[in-house]
Amino acid sequence: MADATTTDAASPISGASVRRGDRIFGGLSKYAGLTVLVIMAAIAVFLVWRAIPSLMTNTGNFFTEQSWNPDGDPSVFGIAALAFGTLVSSAIAMLLAVPVGIGIALFIVLYAPPRLAAALAFITDLLAAVPSIIFGLWGLEVLIPGSAGVQRWMSDYLGWTVIFENTLELYGKSIFIASIVLAIMILPTVAAVSREVILQVPAGHKEAALALGATRWEMVRMAVFPFAKPGMISGAMLGLGRALGETIAVALILSAAFTINIHLTEPGGNTFAANIALKWNEAGSNGLSALVASGLVLFFLTLSVNMVARWIIARRSEFSGAN
Amino acid sequence: MTTTVDTSTRTPSSLTGGTLPRWAPALVGTVAVVSAVALNRVTGLAGGFATTIVAALIFVVLQSVWSFAVEGKRHAVDRLATTVVYSTFFIAVVPLISVLFTVLAKGLKVMSWGFLVNSMRNVSPRSPGGGAGHAIVGTLEQVALAAAFAIPVGILAAIFLVEYGRGRLARAISFFVDVMTGVPSIVAGLFIFTAFVLGLGMERSGFAAALALAILMLPVIIRTTEEMLRIVPNELREASYALGVPKWRTVLKVVLPTSLAGIVTGAMLAVARVAGETAPLLLTTFLTQSYNNNPFAGPQAALPTFIWDQITSGTSASVDRAWAGALVLITLIMIFYIVAKLLANRFAPKG
Repeated sequence: MADATTTDAASPISGASVRRGDRIFGGLSKYAGLTVLVIMAAIAVFLVWRAIPSLMTNTGNFFTEQSWNPDGDPSVFGIAALAFGTLVSSAIAMLLAVPVGIGIALFIVLYAPPRLAAALAFITDLLAAVPSIIFGLWGLEVLIPGSAGVQRWMSDYLGWTVIFENTLELYGKSIFIASIVLAIMILPTVAAVSREVILQVPAGHKEAALALGATRWEMVRMAVFPFAKPGMISGAMLGLGRALGETIAVALILSAAFTINIHLTEPGGNTFAANIALKWNEAGSNGLSALVASGLVLFFLTLSVNMVARWIIARRSEFSGAN
Repeated sequence: MTTTVDTSTRTPSSLTGGTLPRWAPALVGTVAVVSAVALNRVTGLAGGFATTIVAALIFVVLQSVWSFAVEGKRHAVDRLATTVVYSTFFIAVVPLISVLFTVLAKGLKVMSWGFLVNSMRNVSPRSPGGGAGHAIVGTLEQVALAAAFAIPVGILAAIFLVEYGRGRLARAISFFVDVMTGVPSIVAGLFIFTAFVLGLGMERSGFAAALALAILMLPVIIRTTEEMLRIVPNELREASYALGVPKWRTVLKVVLPTSLAGIVTGAMLAVARVAGETAPLLLTTFLTQSYNNNPFAGPQAALPTFIWDQITSGTSASVDRAWAGALVLITLIMIFYIVAKLLANRFAPKG
């Protein structure tokens, strides 16, 4: 691999200038490719480097402490509330977005009139193009006032589930609202990946099911789902990665509390990314370092989620019957 | 299966089982909506949202019962699934329409030529007026700088993956390009801050923001370019080799021009994606209320950070400005996006 450029350059004329041209161009493109690896490594290295000082001076437990006071004396901070908010909001967003996203993909590929399909795909892509700050604005100004009635109803009738119980009778900036906005934001990701794998389902499989007298839904269950399942799972994982790292929409919607509150519709909640954005400009040097430390946790969290998703896709393509 | 066999033997003139008439969903739908609205009027149940849910429930129950009675269980399940699949799409369209409508309605309130060219200099958050001109300039400059970094590197890296790369290194790069797509934007901002601002002592500026945006653009450009290069038929490359053209000239003169339109589309989509990024800008630039046309020195505004600043100011005048800023931003992104789609449709390689 060390010198693929020279072995590959099997051009009939092997003049010195030709080989030099290939070596320069091939080398250039190789270094461009290497920048990807360098950047990924550098992100990890620099975040670790800047995170260490605050972790050394932290007197609380980084993983269980429910407060954030890194610039205080003594410095105390921990990611417990951040991890709770991030994981819970992303999990709810997944619960909402994955079934809907797969439904959209099914609709576009198998249910909608073929002439409409391209336009519908365009609409879901459009959803992906809306910047997160606009979703945050919308959540703050439209969704929060608009959903108070529904949340009150949920608290009255579903309060026994505890998570929907609202003891404060306040329906504002909560993890629940953040989850809904996150769900809308990851919908295009889930839908796009699912759409791609559903498109790859061999026509023969679908036609065979229909020829045996299956209804359309039975065809979906017997021919489409088994083939597309790994792709759908990885689409969901990619959506999860996006939800975990989403910053601005969540920062606008959550009211940045540092306690773990199981009542999801009550104001409060915080996530890794939102906390960094909100605390950044008021942080001292140790505060910045502590925020970098929480960012490092977020980085490795999304990294592992994305790696698993990509691994599932890669494994799938090797055994794919479609090609 | 048994139900179909039974019904077909019962009516020997037809080989098909009992089916609902074509207008059945429309009829059931009308009944559902009318009864839900009536229920809403009678019981005084609050809200259009609850009425919609009730209507949907009535529709599902009525259709399932009717279909089960006439067509049997399998078709009833099929109709239920169809209803669910159709409704997921409307669930997705509702927020999109709501977002676009709100941005348009609230954004037009203070939209004017003055908003596009004025800055917020000497305008207090409470008073109306002012504009996002300085932020528009900042966004265009930062995105252009980011594109200037990410596009050449991205295209070269894609060329490596498609034309030169073999073996473990190429596979590793390809894998990490995918993983890099998932790097949260705030982590890109953190990285630029720690590496360039703390590490190299660079000041927080539009340029630092552009670097963070470039990191977010890079994997998108590599991926789309790679896809476009792979579509170029091998016959073209072989014809070029057969004429004695060296590989690097083949790539530059044959492969790249063939796939240029697709590469441009990918670049535009990447630009559209990063133009709305807020988080990395918050970390890598300081906000300013005045024009600063130099991205390399001093604080520089951008549309996303302008919106963030106005919304967090929280006065009614500043929230109005935030919505107008959102309208400008979304218009800008839509322009990029639609141009990209038009290019893709116009020049897409056939076959």
